[in-house]
Amino acid sequence: MHGKTAHELHSLLTNKKISALELTEAVISQIDKVESRVQAYVSINKDQAIKQAKAADERIKNNSNLTPLTGIPVAIKDNMCTKGMLTTCSSKILNNYIPPYNATIVDKIKAAGAVILGKTNMDEFAMGSSTENSGIHPTFNPWNTKTVPGGSSGGSAAAVAADEAILATGSDTGGSIRQPASFCGVVGFKPTYGRVSRYGLVAFASSLDQIGPLTKDVTDTAILMNVLAGHDPKDSTSVNLPVPDYQKALVNDVKKMKIGYIKELLGKGIDKDIKSEIQKAMKKFAELGAELIEVSLPSFEYAVATYYLIAPAEASSNLARYDGVKYGHRSKEAKDLLTMYYNTRREGFGNEVKRRIMIGTYALSAGYYDAYYLKALKVRTLIKEDFAKAFSQCDVLLSPTSPSVAFKVGEKAADPLSMYLSDIATIPVNLAGLPAISLPCGFSQGLPIGLQLVGQAFAEETVLRAAFTFEQNTDWHKQKPSL
Amino acid sequence: MSKYETVIGLEIHAQLLTESKMFCGCSTKFGNKPNTNICPVCTGQPGVLPVTNKKAIELAIKTAIALSCKIEPSSVFARKNYFYPDLPKAYQVSQYELPLATGGHIEIEVAGQKKRIGIIRVHLEEDAGKLVHQGADRIMGSDSSLVDYNRTGVPLMEIVSEPDIRSPLEAKAFMETLQHLLQFIQVCDAKMEEGSLRCDANISIRPVGDKKLGTKTEIKNMNSFRGVLKALGSEEKRHAEVKEAGGTIIQETRYFDDTTETTTGMRSKESAHDYRYFPEPDLVPVEPEGAWISEIKKTIGELPEAKKQRFETECGLSAADAELLISSPVLAAFFEQAIKLHDKPKIVANWIMGDLTAYLNENKKAIDEIDFTPAQLVEILKSIDKGTISGKIAKTVLVEVLKSGKQVKDVIAESGMTQVSDEGEIIKIIKEVLKHNPGPVAEYKKGKKATIGFLVGQVMKASKGRANPGMANKLLAKLLAES
Ligand SMILES: [Zn+2]
Repeated sequence: MHGKTAHELHSLLTNKKISALELTEAVISQIDKVESRVQAYVSINKDQAIKQAKAADERIKNNSNLTPLTGIPVAIKDNMCTKGMLTTCSSKILNNYIPPYNATIVDKIKAAGAVILGKTNMDEFAMGSSTENSGIHPTFNPWNTKTVPGGSSGGSAAAVAADEAILATGSDTGGSIRQPASFCGVVGFKPTYGRVSRYGLVAFASSLDQIGPLTKDVTDTAILMNVLAGHDPKDSTSVNLPVPDYQKALVNDVKKMKIGYIKELLGKGIDKDIKSEIQKAMKKFAELGAELIEVSLPSFEYAVATYYLIAPAEASSNLARYDGVKYGHRSKEAKDLLTMYYNTRREGFGNEVKRRIMIGTYALSAGYYDAYYLKALKVRTLIKEDFAKAFSQCDVLLSPTSPSVAFKVGEKAADPLSMYLSDIATIPVNLAGLPAISLPCGFSQGLPIGLQLVGQAFAEETVLRAAFTFEQNTDWHKQKPSL
Repeated sequence: MSKYETVIGLEIHAQLLTESKMFCGCSTKFGNKPNTNICPVCTGQPGVLPVTNKKAIELAIKTAIALSCKIEPSSVFARKNYFYPDLPKAYQVSQYELPLATGGHIEIEVAGQKKRIGIIRVHLEEDAGKLVHQGADRIMGSDSSLVDYNRTGVPLMEIVSEPDIRSPLEAKAFMETLQHLLQFIQVCDAKMEEGSLRCDANISIRPVGDKKLGTKTEIKNMNSFRGVLKALGSEEKRHAEVKEAGGTIIQETRYFDDTTETTTGMRSKESAHDYRYFPEPDLVPVEPEGAWISEIKKTIGELPEAKKQRFETECGLSAADAELLISSPVLAAFFEQAIKLHDKPKIVANWIMGDLTAYLNENKKAIDEIDFTPAQLVEILKSIDKGTISGKIAKTVLVEVLKSGKQVKDVIAESGMTQVSDEGEIIKIIKEVLKHNPGPVAEYKKGKKATIGFLVGQVMKASKGRANPGMANKLLAKLLAES
């Protein structure tokens, strides 16, 4: 039963075919079976999970307060605060940090009656595209454990793909939900910036970060979105707009929908197999009655450079609080304040985090601010304008999620620049704050390929509808890795 | 006459009178046990987000209006980045490029000369925590340091003056006028000694007639009006001495020492900061609506300067008396309520500034800290007019009412101090006096009319001061003529 989706399990639970306890135990035994090869989790919470499963069974027995999440085992990315439970961001600097509060989304998931299995691995502070930058251990792709699961939400994507969780949360700053979803053959959705509260999400780049679901199919994404979405008075950047029922958006029909395929993301630098599978997906959409239009987003060329100024600039400030004073790692060697700062941060942060802190600090420094940070903000505006132009012609934009399938462990670790370029299709979406999904659309060398669909701000329903229709008319999402 | 002109600009930090902190719900109450007014937000836990305190914005807007500033349609919070253990996020949320309000002024008076000092800007920010060092009075060299986050995040308003101030005396007058204004409009209790009003100064000197500004130094740690006067006095002298000796002033931050009454420079390494300001991505811009600003304007009422003018012209008070009355908003309000009940402003003012103020000073109390109302004062004054008590006795009655908290009429009745205005009774006393003073009576009859003064005195003495002096005079003259 651990292989099933949340909506399938929900009817089994409510029809009393299975109990939440049985389900949680089944998932835990799957974890016991495969975790040593996948390493999706940073911490697993078996005793608590069993307790929560029993509580869910009570709710089911009394038929009180049931939600589609009641009794469903969920994995939480380790950058979302869980009260009384380690939250490390896969960093040595927070390896002992137990938050005194829950992230808003954790409160919501708990209130819905879900079972929290544990915290999933990630690139340290969400900086990376392979989960190799974890300060705890790497995670491996369930489809081929010699390859990476993508990142930074690699643990969540791998856990869902390997049936070590039914649902998982991820965070997406430059593609950190969609790219690992693509690499692991699952569905990953980044909502519009402001749609889901960031309160309790350990910040990487505040103006780009957004929490979203990683699931086995589009229906489960809609179900989890129904829980995650909504205004939060604790997050000033969360938007006070009514939240639709995303499950209602799941209509198997794209007739007359205008789908724009992004010219720049079907050319140079995109893997041949991926190009051909994406073209097949476009054909499929056309068969289903959608209208396909070529669109050009010329500013995309600058998106990666822009992102690697804005995100590190914000990160350099967001990560300054890890100084050994209040919580987390504190160097034992220090004799005075300055060496405590130096040693704590030298010992606590990994190389990629240090690299980005340095880039960001430099970009914000007096004399460089205008040339780098301010210029980047201007390009960000251009990218938004390009998207707006494209959306004047179409409802949804289509592209591959990643230019390649999962690469080998260690292959790009020594070449940060090629690693950065692997986010070329996802980064512009974050810069514009738009909703986007990645869903399985084929395979290359036995590894999944992801299709990205992007919508206008707060038009999550359109994206979900297009994705649902594609899914209903293909069976890529039914493929399972053999572990 | 000095050959140099001094140029001073002030930066004032005023703690706003809000119940809760700038970006979280914690109490701003002073004097609580260390680290009791804290929460995840103000201690900079990973993942927390700020939410702006609307009351703080309201109070800053109120101040900006009172200073004739322009309220900016959109102002932006920024992060000021630096490491220090009292700053849990390692950045202070402040306003930088786009402050809340700009371009105002305030009128000061020095030695009878009025002068307008420009205000560059008014903006909001958050306070830092408090460090307590063991074994030394600074962090460097201390055995250990403890940090109290109770003050962290308390709302501060920064007011920056134009460099329009030309002497330490003007600087002191500016601070006094500003203190008075902030207290008057009830946005800050503005006590320099307690740190709720703080000030830093930029000071430079230039040859008289020169347009170009000299090199400035920044003076910190002036904790009283006297401190402002002494610090700037010693610094302008130091600048002149350096220049006279052919030296150059180094741009630096200098600390004022209250005991030596001089300033000392810090090592320039400590003062060379690059704060890497950038817009705070966790907050949205402050965009106060016109209707709200109008509402706030209504709460200001009459400003001290206008009130003073009115006291002079409408109530006929001297400038000095008016100044004294507006020195505290509660004193001015007391006066205004009293004259509503008793339309003799000069007499009311004399009583407030005379006997009432004397009592308050003696008991180190403010007028709103005692249980005495304008109506009670008026009751005493009306008793004099009615002739129930003499002016002299009224003074005793006032003190008794203030001390005992009893009703005015009870104090008058119980003391037996009511004035004797009964003709028969006074005649009886006069007859007694005439009988015992044959000498003066004889002199009077011989034509030495001045003797009547002595005889009236005797009547007053015999009545223990209670005889109505007017009646005593009249009746005495009558009886002398008859005898
Ligand atoms: Zn707080």
